[in-house]
Parts: sequence; structure tokens; C-alpha cells
Amino acid sequence: MENEKYLQDLSEIKNMMNRSSRFISLSGLAGVFAGCYAIIGAIIAKMLLSDSTSVYNENYDLVTTGNINSELTTQLFAIAVAVLILAIGTAIFLTTRKARRNDQKIWDSTSKRLVVNFFAPLVAGGLFCLVLLQYGLIGLIAPCMLIFYGLALIHASKYTFADLRGLGYANLILGLIATQFIGYGLYFWAIGFGLFHIIYGIWMHNKYDRKSAE
Amino acid sequence: MKSIISNINKAFDHRIRLGIMSVLMVNEYADFKSLKELLGATDGNIASHTKALEKQKYIKVEKSFIDRKPNTRYIASEKGRKAFQEHLDALEKLLNSKNDLNN
Repeated sequence: MENEKYLQDLSEIKNMMNRSSRFISLSGLAGVFAGCYAIIGAIIAKMLLSDSTSVYNENYDLVTTGNINSELTTQLFAIAVAVLILAIGTAIFLTTRKARRNDQKIWDSTSKRLVVNFFAPLVAGGLFCLVLLQYGLIGLIAPCMLIFYGLALIHASKYTFADLRGLGYANLILGLIATQFIGYGLYFWAIGFGLFHIIYGIWMHNKYDRKSAE
Repeated sequence: MKSIISNINKAFDHRIRLGIMSVLMVNEYADFKSLKELLGATDGNIASHTKALEKQKYIKVEKSFIDRKPNTRYIASEKGRKAFQEHLDALEKLLNSKNDLNN
């Protein structure tokens, strides 16, 4: 009998520590959607690139070429922004829904902390990518996005499910590998932002969301 | 066995007090409202339990005004952290030793 009470005490302690310091309503399904948007975006980008005589081919000199087709750049930039907005929008929608189901507030100290800690490295990375664009270092943009995104996830994992760290390291390593295969950035981008998100989202959904819905 | 039980701290022998300490162990501070929401307790409940913990010097209380509204922050003291850690260790040991006996 007493044993049970102590066990209950311990699980209550763990529960309170987690609920007060980590945001646990993050939706796994949102990851799957983000991955799908990223893959669709990558396919559209690929079609645009193969239409034009491209910035992307196997020529290594093009890493540093200043000669960028500016219309194409704008289009690619628009695709990237669209993917980002769609992914964040879906994540906010699904996470709000999950928070309501968990009877949790969407905007409390844990979610604020998560957002700040996730976006700080990410915004720095985004600005750095714009700088790469400014100097025409196109080939490095995709690896750079993956690296900074990975760092942002690792940083944010302290404030939500610790599992997020795995996805962070995966993207970080993929980004570093991608630096050695300039010209194939789009494929790496599709793997990191697309495939990894989908695999990870499904895994998280099975681990947390399905159980809590039962 | 006796020494283990003596480490079980009576001050934490209540769900709300246990909850308050757990929250304060992993957060720099917590205010009255967030404690209330997290623990699902009433105003009076939180007030009396924080007072009890304060009396033991396990938590510190900081009162201030935010947008002219009174705001109370609770912070775990060094003494409180130590006592809670000992309580946790004692709980764990107790459960382990009982499991050993059962097996």
C-alpha cells in the first residue's frame, strides 16, 4: 500500500517537473505535414532549375559564381518562404488543437521559452543564408540551412520533447555532409527537411499522440 | 531501514507541496498563477501550502508589481533544494529496498 503511494509520489514529481519546464503539446503530425510541404517545394524547385540552364550543375566554380539568374533566385526564394509559412502555420494549428485536448494553454511560459530558444539560432541562420545569397555563394545555402536548423532543434529540445535532439543532430550532420557535395544541395535539402521530418513526425505521433488520444 | 525512513521529509508529504517543490526544482521561479494552473488547486490551497514551505525556509517569496498588479514569485532556496533531493533519494531507496524484499 505504502509502496504504491511512494511510486505515485515519484511519478507526480516527474510529471510536474516535465509539465512546468517543457512544452509537451507539440504535434508530431505537424512534422509529417512540414516534410510533405518541403518535398513538394523541392520538386517544384527542381522543375524550375531543370527548365533554366541552371545555377545548379556539377560545375564546382558555380559555388562562388556571381552570375545568378535573379528571376530564378526570386522564385526559389519564394518557394522556400512558402514552405516555411505553410509548415509553421500547420504546426501552430495542430499544436493548438493538441494543447486544447491536453487541457493546456498554448501560450504559457513553456511555449514562450520554446519559441524563443528555437527561433534565436534559426533567425541567425536565416540571416546568414541571406548573406551567402548576397555574395553569390549559392551552393552553400542548402547545407547552411540544414546546419542552423539542426542547431536550432538541438537547442529547442531542452524545452520540449527531448526526442527533438535526435532530429537536430541528424540535420546537423546531413548539413555538414552536404557541404562536400555542392551542386546537390536540393537533394540534401529534400532529405533533411522532407524525409527526416516525415519519419520523425510519424515516430513522434505514434509515441505520444496516439497514446494520449486513447 | 530506519535511516531511510528518517529521510522521508514530512514537509513534502502532501501532493500540493510535492508539486510546488517539483516545479521550483526545474524552474528559476514560478508565480502564483502558474502554480495554481499547473497543480489544479485553489487559491487558498496554494497560499497555505506555500506558506508552510516558506516557514521551513524551503522556498523564498518575492512580491512585486507587474503592470500595477501584485505578482508573487516563488523560488526554491538552497536549503529547500537540498531537502527535496534527499527526500527524492529516500523515496527511491525505499522503493528499491522493498522491491528487493519482494523478489
